[in-house]
Amino acid sequence: MIESHATTQDIHGHPALQHHFENMEQQREAGTIGMWVFLVTEIMFFGGMFLAYALYRNFFPAAFASASNHLDITLGAVNTGVLIVSSFTMALAVYFTQVGNRRPQILCLVLTLILGLTFLGIKAVEYHEKYTDRLIPGHLIPGASFGPEAHALHLLPGATLPQVEMFYWIYFAMTGMHALHMIIGAGLLTFLIVYSIKGRFDPEYHSPVEIIGLYWHFVDIVWIFLFPLLYLLGRHFEHG
Amino acid sequence: MSEHIVPVKIYFAIFLALLAGTALTVIAAFVDFPWRLNTIVALTIASIKATLVVLYFMHVRYSPRLVWVIVASALFWMGILFAFTFSDYFTRNWFSSGY
Amino acid sequence: MQPIESFEVPAPPKVNYINAQYGLKSWLLTKDHKRIALLYLGSITFFFFIGGIYAMMIRLELLTPQGDLVQSATYNKVFTQHGIIMIFFFLIPSIPATLGNFLIPMMIGAKDLAFPRINLLSWYIYLAGGVITIYALLAGGVDTGWTFYTPFSTTFSNSYVVATGLGIFITGFSSILTGLNFIVTIHTMRAPGMTWFRMPLFLWSHYATSLIMILGTPVIAITVLLLAFERLSGVGIFNPALGGDPVLFQHLFWFYSHPAVYIMVLPSMGVVSELVANFSRKNIFGYSFVAFSSLAIAVFGFLVWGHHLFVASQSVYAGMIFSFLSFAVAIPSAIKVFNWTATLYKSSISYDTPMLYALGFIGLFTIGGMTGLFLASLAVDVHLSDTYFVVAHFHYIMVGGALMGYLGGLHYWWPKISGRMYPEGWGRFSALVIFVGFNLTFLPQFIAGYLGMPRRYHAYPPEFQVFNVLSTAGASILGLGMLIPSIYFVWSMRYGKHAEPNPWHLPGLEWRTQSPPPTENFEVTPIVTWEAYEFAPPEETEVVGKFGPELERI
Repeated sequence: MIESHATTQDIHGHPALQHHFENMEQQREAGTIGMWVFLVTEIMFFGGMFLAYALYRNFFPAAFASASNHLDITLGAVNTGVLIVSSFTMALAVYFTQVGNRRPQILCLVLTLILGLTFLGIKAVEYHEKYTDRLIPGHLIPGASFGPEAHALHLLPGATLPQVEMFYWIYFAMTGMHALHMIIGAGLLTFLIVYSIKGRFDPEYHSPVEIIGLYWHFVDIVWIFLFPLLYLLGRHFEHG
Repeated sequence: MSEHIVPVKIYFAIFLALLAGTALTVIAAFVDFPWRLNTIVALTIASIKATLVVLYFMHVRYSPRLVWVIVASALFWMGILFAFTFSDYFTRNWFSSGY
Repeated sequence: MQPIESFEVPAPPKVNYINAQYGLKSWLLTKDHKRIALLYLGSITFFFFIGGIYAMMIRLELLTPQGDLVQSATYNKVFTQHGIIMIFFFLIPSIPATLGNFLIPMMIGAKDLAFPRINLLSWYIYLAGGVITIYALLAGGVDTGWTFYTPFSTTFSNSYVVATGLGIFITGFSSILTGLNFIVTIHTMRAPGMTWFRMPLFLWSHYATSLIMILGTPVIAITVLLLAFERLSGVGIFNPALGGDPVLFQHLFWFYSHPAVYIMVLPSMGVVSELVANFSRKNIFGYSFVAFSSLAIAVFGFLVWGHHLFVASQSVYAGMIFSFLSFAVAIPSAIKVFNWTATLYKSSISYDTPMLYALGFIGLFTIGGMTGLFLASLAVDVHLSDTYFVVAHFHYIMVGGALMGYLGGLHYWWPKISGRMYPEGWGRFSALVIFVGFNLTFLPQFIAGYLGMPRRYHAYPPEFQVFNVLSTAGASILGLGMLIPSIYFVWSMRYGKHAEPNPWHLPGLEWRTQSPPPTENFEVTPIVTWEAYEFAPPEETEVVGKFGPELERI
C-alpha cells in the first residue's frame, strides 16, 4: 500500500498494532467491546430458544417432567462440572498471559481444550443413548423416527408422546446449538494454543486470549442454565 | 482503561462457589417444594452462578461502565422478548366469555 | 447557491483510494472501508433491480381484475420474492453498508472502521446469502410470503423454503457484523475533540440502527433455523396439528421484523438530517432532541411487534398494550419531522437534487407514518389488516421514506465518493419524476385497501380496477424515474465534472479531505473543536454557504 502521508505510523507501536488504531490501548478496548457486543447477539439468539422452552414447558408440564427425568442426570451433572473446571482453567490462562508466564498459560489453555472435548464426548454418549432409545424427534434421522417404548419413559399422568417429542425437539435444538458453539470454541482454543506456543502473546498484547475467554465463559453460562432447565425440572416428581 | 489483574485465589474461590452451586441445585431438584418454587430455586441458583462467572471470570466487576451497560441491555432485551410474549399467552383466558 | 459550473475545474486528484492500487485482487481483498462500500453499492444495486423486476410483474398482473398473466401459485412466488429481495438484500443493508461504511470513519476522523477485515467478511457473507437465495429463486422459488407464516411454510408449501431461509440466515450475519463494527467504532475511535454531541446526526442514527441490528437480527436467525429444522424433521413446535403453536412463530418472527423496519428507515432519517441542515445552511433545530429520538425509536421499536398479530388470535389485552405502544413509537419520529421543519424555517434553502429528495422524504414519511396510526388502532386494524392499505402504508415509508433518503444521500456524497459531479439538471428532473411516479403508484392503493381490496391476491373484483390501473401507470413512471440516475451515475464516473474537495462548501469533517479521499482518509488526524453544523447565521454572510471565520484556517 502506498504510504505517502505523514500519518501516525506504527514506529512507536507493538508489532501487533493495526494501522488504523492510534495505540494498543485503543485496539484492546475495541476488541473487548466488540466481543461483548457479539455476546449480546448470542444472548438474543439463545433467548429465542429459551422462550420456546418456557412456553412449551408451561403448556405440557407433565410431559416435560417425564421426558426430563429420562435424561441421565449423572452425565449432565458431570458435564456441568467439566465446564465449570474449564472456565476456571480458562480464567487462569488469561491470568498467566497477563503476568507473562508462558508455560502455565499454554498448559491452562490445553487443559481447557481437553475439558471442552470431554464435554463433547459425554454429549456424544448421551446423544447415542437417545438414538438407541428412538428418542430423536421427527424423521430427522432416516430410519430412526421418534418411537420410544412408552412404558420405558414412565409417563406422568397427563403426558402424551407428541408432547414428549416436543421436549426432545427443544432438548436437541438447545444442546445441539450449545455443542456447536463448544466446537467453535475448541477451534478457537486450538488457534490460541498454537499462537501461544509461537510466543505471539505477551503482557502488552494478549487480547485474543481475553476475548476468546469471554466467549468460552459465555458458552459455560448457557450450560449453567440448560442443565437445571433440561435435566432437573421433573426430579421432584420422582418418588422412589 | 488500564488492565486489572484478578488474583488467582479469587478465581479459585469463585470456582469452588460454582461447584457448590451445582451440587446445591442437584440436591434441591429432588426436594418437592410447594407451588412453582422448584423452578424459582433452580433459576435463582443458576442466576447466581452466572453472575459470578460474569463478574469475576469475565472481569465485568473490573470493567468500564460501558461493559456493564452492554450486559444489562442484553438481559433487558431478553426480558422484553419474554415479558411481551408472555403478555399474550398468559392473558388469553382472562375474563374468557367465549372470545 | 452558486451553480457548480462557475467554479474552477481543479486538477484531477492525486493518489486516492480508487487509484491507490489496481487489480481485481486489490478490490476483492481490500480492507479499506471506502472500497468495501463500493463493493456493497454494486451488489445491492443488482438486487434492487431483481426486486424491481418482481415489482413490475406484480403491477402488470394487477392491471386487469382477472388473474391472467400468471397462475396464482406463481403470483404467490412473485410477491414473496419481491418482498424478500427488497427487504433483506436491498433495504436492510442499503444505507448502512454503502453510505455508512464510507462515511462513518470519515465523519469521526478515523482512518477506518474498528474491524476492517470483519467489514470485508460481512460483504462476502452478504454475497453468500444472496447466491443461495438466488439459487432458490431459480430452482423454483418460494411462495409463502416474505413472512413465512407457519404451518404453511413448515408443512404444506412445496417451494424452496429451506434454501431461502438459509440464504436469509446467512445474510443476517452480514447485518450483525456491520452493526457490531459501527458500535465499536463510534465508541472507541472518535478523533480528539469529537464528543458524542459534536457528531453529525448521521452517526447518531447509524448508532441507533446498529443497536437494532445487534439486538434483533439474532432472533430472526434462530426463528428461521427453527423453521427450517421443523420443515426437515417433521416435528411441530409451530404446527398445531402436532401440538405446536403457529402464533409463537409470528411472535418470534415479528420481534425482529418490526425493528427491522426501523433498521431500514433510521439511516435514511440520518441522511435527511444532514441534507436539511446542510442545504438550508442552518444548524439543525434541536440537535439533542433529534439525536435522542434516534435512540428512542430504536428502543421503542422493540416494544410494538404485536401490532402485526392483532388479528392472529393474540390476546386482546396484549393487543391493547401493543396498540398503545405503537402510538407512542410515532412520537420520536414526529419529533424529527418537527425539528426538520423548524430547521427549514427562515433558512437559506438551495433546491439541489439532494434537498429535493430530503423534502420528498419529509412529506412522504409523514403520510406513511400517519397511516401507520390507523393500523395501530385495534378496531380499525381489523378492517384494514391484509388489505392494500397496509401495502401502501409500508411502501410510503420504505420507498417514499427510506429509498428517497438513500437517493438523496447518494447524490449528496457522490462527489466525495467518486470525485465527480452528477449532472444537476438530470438529477432534479429524475427526483421529480420519481416523486410523481411514486405517489401515483401508492396513493390509489390506500383507497383500494380501505374499500376492501385484499393484498397478495392476483385476481380482484372489477370495481378495484381503476385504482390498480393508476397504480401500474405510476409504477411505470417510477421505474423510468429510477433508471435515469443509474445511467447518469455510471456516466459521471467517466465523463462527469471533476469535483473539488468541498463542492457544496460545507463544514462537515468529510468535506475537509480530497474528493475522492486518500486511503487513509485524512493527511493528519484532525482535532475537532467545532460543533456539528456550525453555519454562520444567514443574515451575517454575504456569500451563501460561507461558514464561521474560525473554521477557515482548517
